[in-house]
Amino acid sequence: MTELIVGLAGNPNVGKTTVFNQLTGMRQHVGNWPGKTVERAEGHFSHGDYDYDVVDLPGNYALSAHSMEEIVSRDFIVDDDSDVIVNVVDAANLERNLYLTVQMMELGANLVMALNMNDFAKKKDHIIDIKLMSELLGFPVIEINAKTKDGFEELLTTVEKASKNPIDSSEKLSYGNEIKGHLASIQELIEQDSSLLDVPSIWTAIKLLEKDSIVIEKVQQSSKSSQIMVEVDKVASHFYDVYQEGAEEVIANARYSFIDGLMAEAVKRPAVEKETTTDKIDRIVTNRFLAIPIFIVIMYLLFQLTFTIATPFVDLIDAGFAALGEYLAEAVGNEMLGSFLQDGLIGGVGGVLVFLPQIILMFLFLSILEDSGYLARAAFTLDKIMHSLVGLHGKAFIPMILGFGCGVPAVMATRTMENESDRLLSMMLIPFMSCTARLPIYSIFIAAFFTANQGLILLSIYLLGIVVALIVAGILKRTMFKGLSAPFVMELPTYKVPSVKGVLLHTWEKTKGFLRKAGTIILGAAIVIWILSYLPMGVEYGSQECVLGMIGTAIAPIFAPLGFGTWQAGIAILTGLVAKEVVVSTFATLGGLEEDDEEGVTQLVHDTFTPLSAYSFMAFCLLYVPCFASLGAIKQESNSWKWPLTMVCITLVTAYIVSLLIYNVGLLAGFG
Amino acid sequence: MKTLSDVKPGETVTLVKYHDTGDVDLRRHLLGMGFVRGAQIRVKQVASLGDPIEMTIKGYDVCLRKEEAKNIEVE
Repeated sequence: MTELIVGLAGNPNVGKTTVFNQLTGMRQHVGNWPGKTVERAEGHFSHGDYDYDVVDLPGNYALSAHSMEEIVSRDFIVDDDSDVIVNVVDAANLERNLYLTVQMMELGANLVMALNMNDFAKKKDHIIDIKLMSELLGFPVIEINAKTKDGFEELLTTVEKASKNPIDSSEKLSYGNEIKGHLASIQELIEQDSSLLDVPSIWTAIKLLEKDSIVIEKVQQSSKSSQIMVEVDKVASHFYDVYQEGAEEVIANARYSFIDGLMAEAVKRPAVEKETTTDKIDRIVTNRFLAIPIFIVIMYLLFQLTFTIATPFVDLIDAGFAALGEYLAEAVGNEMLGSFLQDGLIGGVGGVLVFLPQIILMFLFLSILEDSGYLARAAFTLDKIMHSLVGLHGKAFIPMILGFGCGVPAVMATRTMENESDRLLSMMLIPFMSCTARLPIYSIFIAAFFTANQGLILLSIYLLGIVVALIVAGILKRTMFKGLSAPFVMELPTYKVPSVKGVLLHTWEKTKGFLRKAGTIILGAAIVIWILSYLPMGVEYGSQECVLGMIGTAIAPIFAPLGFGTWQAGIAILTGLVAKEVVVSTFATLGGLEEDDEEGVTQLVHDTFTPLSAYSFMAFCLLYVPCFASLGAIKQESNSWKWPLTMVCITLVTAYIVSLLIYNVGLLAGFG
Repeated sequence: MKTLSDVKPGETVTLVKYHDTGDVDLRRHLLGMGFVRGAQIRVKQVASLGDPIEMTIKGYDVCLRKEEAKNIEVE
């Protein structure tokens, strides 16, 4: 068997990931590029005598030093010992797709083009002479259909042939005599230093003219650096004199002129483009008056389907694990081991698995929305709100809405945002959206104090969360995320029917990732909490006498200025870290009541709180550290401990300040 | 002098040049997406809340905020 390393490169939305999924199926591994937050998908399969190792490169429009994704892609083409780069191209959108192709040609990559979406091109009456195009480009072009796998056999045999006879794809590239001559004068100097020749000199020359920071840094190490840079400046100012444009624009124009020439020869297009199905759908979906109502309906469905369908399964998992825990505890006999199994291990595993139904459903619906092309339209419609209120991208809206259901899927939904700092800022705001796990806390306190206007009080809590999120976003945008606002240039892809295989694979990958990474954190935290609740030996589990109870009692005075400095509240706040709904059952345990004795708990709350301290406590529960599960999800998504820890600090400080304000302003206003 | 942010839905314009005031990184990104001199841009529509703008360029659809479109001169 011969091993073949193949990179899949292409623009976003061209079916590149579909090709990858079709080739590798379940034999793929999704991780991160070393030291980066960019996702790396790699997969294996064999074909004939070849063992393929396929890497799905990030979808890019260019190969500049502009973003992590682009740097990762070009480093792979330059450094990694890949045999062939397969360039997946959207035939219906050839002009812009070729811009990336041309840049890979500058690198001299051993290219094979997989021309996808030919049916879309035919619908637009674009007729492509594939043979001629292949001749003009100087490397093979194969027509494929990523969905049906048509043309895959030919693609693979072509890749195998190409691996045996690698070509230098820069040969057929021509940017006209004027530019060629000037590039040559820079190339000549570059070629005098052999340490710069790991990449084609034409590529280095072009990147220097484009002021590419990484290439400039590399050239500065060279002994020829001053001569090279003088020549680059000379050429750049000459370009400006001739074209009245900067060197970057001149080069972009030259690339597009090459593409225009190629298109003119190899592609026949109608003089006036036909109206496509996408245009027709968009006249309704992004219509000025209809766009927002349509968005609201889709979000309502997403929310309802995710959380209502999930609820019975969640309850089932919950009850199943509770029963299993009880059964095991009895069967084991040993008190300590039984408690560990029931409350620590089974409780912890149950705490992880309980999220599965929601995560699976959310990813299922979200991948359908994303793959169909709707998500980009939603971002287009809502960008104005998100941008003016919190300085975020329109796509940030969806995770925020999901946050009202459960923070864990919401954090994972931030994956749809390309810009890293936008993604992180959205994650930091999600916990302020009041999730369903906090509802039991509110119902107990409202039942105890606010029966007269329960709806209003509940609404005020939800609104408080939103208002606080807006303020925190404003502060973070001016401090931690300063100047990181990404400009909004977003492609609106053509509408497509999502592929079942793609949606299922995506959902499976995400679920697996959650179980493996976030799951271990949640389980670990549950076991630590169990130890703290069990020790010292002999005390009642989770009572005031256990270590957790002692800590809760010790920290209770900190909350006195907020109106709830009791040991019960202190302990409940600690156990609430596991999951917010545990706050209620903690009050029950501490009051010596049955866990589901709602009336008893309400009475207990009524006796230990005042209306004002009750509201202050609800606000604190809304805003303080989200559960371990969402912290675990943030750790997994951000790939670092920095962000969950930052989140802990932000939420603690915010919750304390807001509750302090509520309680003291309330006292002054006379609500005691 | 007309900029891309002034174009009415349904109109087709030609890109003339970028203003020097715009963000350099953004310009580089836009160049990669086909916003080069002479490119034909057809504005399709403006979002419900007045921003961003949806347009067709080089045969595909893309959207831009007005504050960014303001730096692109067209005719």
